[in-house]
Amino acid sequence: MNDNSPNELRRPPVDDPGPETPTPSWVSANPELSKAAQRRVVGAFGLSALSALISVVAYFAIPLHIQVELGSFRAGLHNVVFGTTMGLAILLIGIGSVTWGRNLMNDDEIVQERHPPQSSDEDRTEALAQLSEGVRDSGVARRRFIMGSLGGALGLFALPLVVTLAGLGPWPVPSRRRATIERTLFAEATPQAPIRLVNDVTFRPVKASDIEIGQLVNAQPENVQHLEGVELQQAKAKSSIILVRMDPETIQVPESRRDWQVSGILCYSKICTHVGCPITLWEQQTHHLLCPCHQSTFDLGNSGVVVFGPAARSLPQLKIGVDDEGYLIATEDFRVPVGPSYFERDSRNDFQEGDA
Amino acid sequence: MATPARMAEPTDPSSAATSTRTALRSDQVDLPPALTNRAKEAKWLDERLGIGGVGKAFLRYAFPNHWSFLIGEIALWSFVVLLITGVFLTLWFKPSMAEVEYNGSYQLMKGMMMSQAFASTVDISMDVRGGLLLRQMHHWAALLFVSAAFVHAARVFFTGAFRKPREVQWLLGVGLLFLATMGGFSGYSLPDDLLSGTGLRFADGLMRSIPLVGTWVEFFVFNGEFPGDLIISRLYMVHILLIPALILALVAAHVGLVAYYHHTQYPGPGRTEHNVVGEPAFPVYIAKAGGLFFLTWGVLALFGALVTINPVWTYGPYNPAQVTAGSQPDWYMGWVEGAVRIMPGWESHWGPTTWSWNIFIPGVILLGGFFTVMALWPWIEQWFTGDTRSHHLLEFPWQNATRTGIGVAIITFMLLLQFGGANDLIATHFALSLNAITWFLRFAVFLGPIIAFWVTKRICLGIQRRREERLVHGSPSGHMHRNADGAYHEDDVPIGRDEAFTLTSTPGPDPLEAGPGTDARGVHRNEPVSTRRARASRWWLGDNIAAPTREELEAGHSGDGHELEPSKK
Repeated sequence: MNDNSPNELRRPPVDDPGPETPTPSWVSANPELSKAAQRRVVGAFGLSALSALISVVAYFAIPLHIQVELGSFRAGLHNVVFGTTMGLAILLIGIGSVTWGRNLMNDDEIVQERHPPQSSDEDRTEALAQLSEGVRDSGVARRRFIMGSLGGALGLFALPLVVTLAGLGPWPVPSRRRATIERTLFAEATPQAPIRLVNDVTFRPVKASDIEIGQLVNAQPENVQHLEGVELQQAKAKSSIILVRMDPETIQVPESRRDWQVSGILCYSKICTHVGCPITLWEQQTHHLLCPCHQSTFDLGNSGVVVFGPAARSLPQLKIGVDDEGYLIATEDFRVPVGPSYFERDSRNDFQEGDA
Repeated sequence: MATPARMAEPTDPSSAATSTRTALRSDQVDLPPALTNRAKEAKWLDERLGIGGVGKAFLRYAFPNHWSFLIGEIALWSFVVLLITGVFLTLWFKPSMAEVEYNGSYQLMKGMMMSQAFASTVDISMDVRGGLLLRQMHHWAALLFVSAAFVHAARVFFTGAFRKPREVQWLLGVGLLFLATMGGFSGYSLPDDLLSGTGLRFADGLMRSIPLVGTWVEFFVFNGEFPGDLIISRLYMVHILLIPALILALVAAHVGLVAYYHHTQYPGPGRTEHNVVGEPAFPVYIAKAGGLFFLTWGVLALFGALVTINPVWTYGPYNPAQVTAGSQPDWYMGWVEGAVRIMPGWESHWGPTTWSWNIFIPGVILLGGFFTVMALWPWIEQWFTGDTRSHHLLEFPWQNATRTGIGVAIITFMLLLQFGGANDLIATHFALSLNAITWFLRFAVFLGPIIAFWVTKRICLGIQRRREERLVHGSPSGHMHRNADGAYHEDDVPIGRDEAFTLTSTPGPDPLEAGPGTDARGVHRNEPVSTRRARASRWWLGDNIAAPTREELEAGHSGDGHELEPSKK
């Protein structure tokens, strides 16, 4: 019983007229055009070789760091000349080859039988016979316990290799999470030993009196300066902050955060609560802060709640104060983990619209 | 006038050059002189490698000719260019996140601290002769590779080339498509510039959002907290060893299976399910396909020479505290990016846990779901159509209106998401409200595909109807006649038998009918059909306009007076 039969039974309504009779192409029927095509092919191959040679000369002869400018096109001369000649050397082989194939070769279609992918009945029977012979030779049928134990061994032998993958990185158990993704550099701050907030480019401490209403300052904790390499990157991915000064009359400050600010200067995490991009786009008038990656928008005049976009949680706010010399300081860490969500994150303490 | 019986007699396929020849004696072969001189070498090789048998099998192997078959070749050739340029790039690139002070010739970065990976990328771009060219060729080749692979997959989908016996071939292709995008993303991240670092930060957020194990995935991938110190070297291994090796293995199997099945062909005169009509491999196909390799490579080299891509020195080294506005991934991740952007901020806080649906659904589920549905497609369609026949003749997209409709709906969905991935640039370039674009897309990604499906299906059915009309009544001749009453009408000319055969040689399946055992023709079926499946099958196939039968065709053209009757249209 062949499952192809329903189709095979149906006779197509039109008989196969057979393959089209090949007609000689215009070029091949025309000796002059053929000659011209041949010239084009030889010309393409010849130019390709020439272009390759020019390319090699250009590689050595043209100094690096010379810029060419043609209107809005600006590029390095070496790259342009070396690359263009190299590209032409390659491209012209293709052009010559395709021209040759299309115009000068006999491209009459041929018809070949298609052989079905399945094996012939004889092959199938022969294969089954050989398989049975092999199974008998192995004696598997009489010694089932061998197969059972082999199955067990094959099932487990790869485990030692697999478990080495458990060392791909440190395990984010609760204690490690508290020491890494749930902690920022501000954790080192205490009311006795506060941490100054510094400009993130110059590392100069930020004075409260230097920030005007409407201004945004990208900042870091001062202890970030002692770090380098990986630790610096990891610290910046969590401890980056923004300082904004808004007219206290125009913003809502909940009772619980009344003393988190210094005369309208508020400090927020710069790391988006969506997937962790640093947020930079500040709309002075609306107090909105927009993440350039996925356009989550936070209202900094309202404890950082989400007003638009895919982020789900308010931007964490940092409690800041001012020291005797007028510099902005932090005396404690963020109250909630900064950055994107993760499964073990306890998100019940994040600020929500309407919280007091 | 002309009836099908009066069309040209079918020529016997065996009269054309076929592979069925009687055994030749060596003195019967008319060898060109160039080959006679090489007899010794050929003999040497044949006695060791048996090249005679290989030559017999493949020298005159027929390849059907159609422009749409070149797209897969372009993907293959851009992958070869990726391998070549990639090997060169590894000669200079240093996959390390160790912090170094930049000391190259780019003045604006002198003295800056950066990872060795980024410093060496800038060195390749600035101080290695031809280095920038190789980098840019590699990046353009990657974009072309993934683009060509996607378009090739669409061609295979819309022409039904994935149907039996090519389901395994389709699975290999889906695997290749997935590997191609992963290869692209891993390479995009290697230079460790500000843009690619932001991309990794996004990937980190994506991993974190996986329920239960997200944090573990993050810590294992990054060797601890983001960004860690190993991600670049790990991605380097993935990018230059793991993924290329897998792609090479899958490509070998993919191309090997093409040779095994023979390429599919579009319907046409002389073309049946049992033959293959095409150009012989040697010489004309090799000249054209080999030429295409050089054309692909040459164009990529010219792009590398003339069109700047990913100028990382203008972005600077990665710094988790900085970002550029208008950050965009390479295009093939754009639709996922768009989904993440337009997704509402849904997150569940159950007890001390956080479930980030806002990232998990558009990022992980959507991407995984896309490739899963794609991989299962041959079986999904077969469940609807019950079509278990082998197919070597392709379908024209209009012949399977429902599949084509679904395909266009999926493309519409992805395009709308792609717009979502560029919502900020659309907003700034066209002075539109970002929020309005986002809200529009939140609805459009669901409504758009439905409309696209409906419109596409209607267009396909319209083409089917016109095909039936051409078959039964012929094509308008352009000759107007006026009869004695003063009425005008136009003659129809019967279409040629070549066209008639082309339009009718791939009859689609009939809808499944519920019931056990036998179908309407009394043929035994292997599995019973449930009423639910029969309903689904009618939804899929029921609207198709069946090709006219032989009798209808005879009737349509019979009678000399037909053309003089007023048109029924």
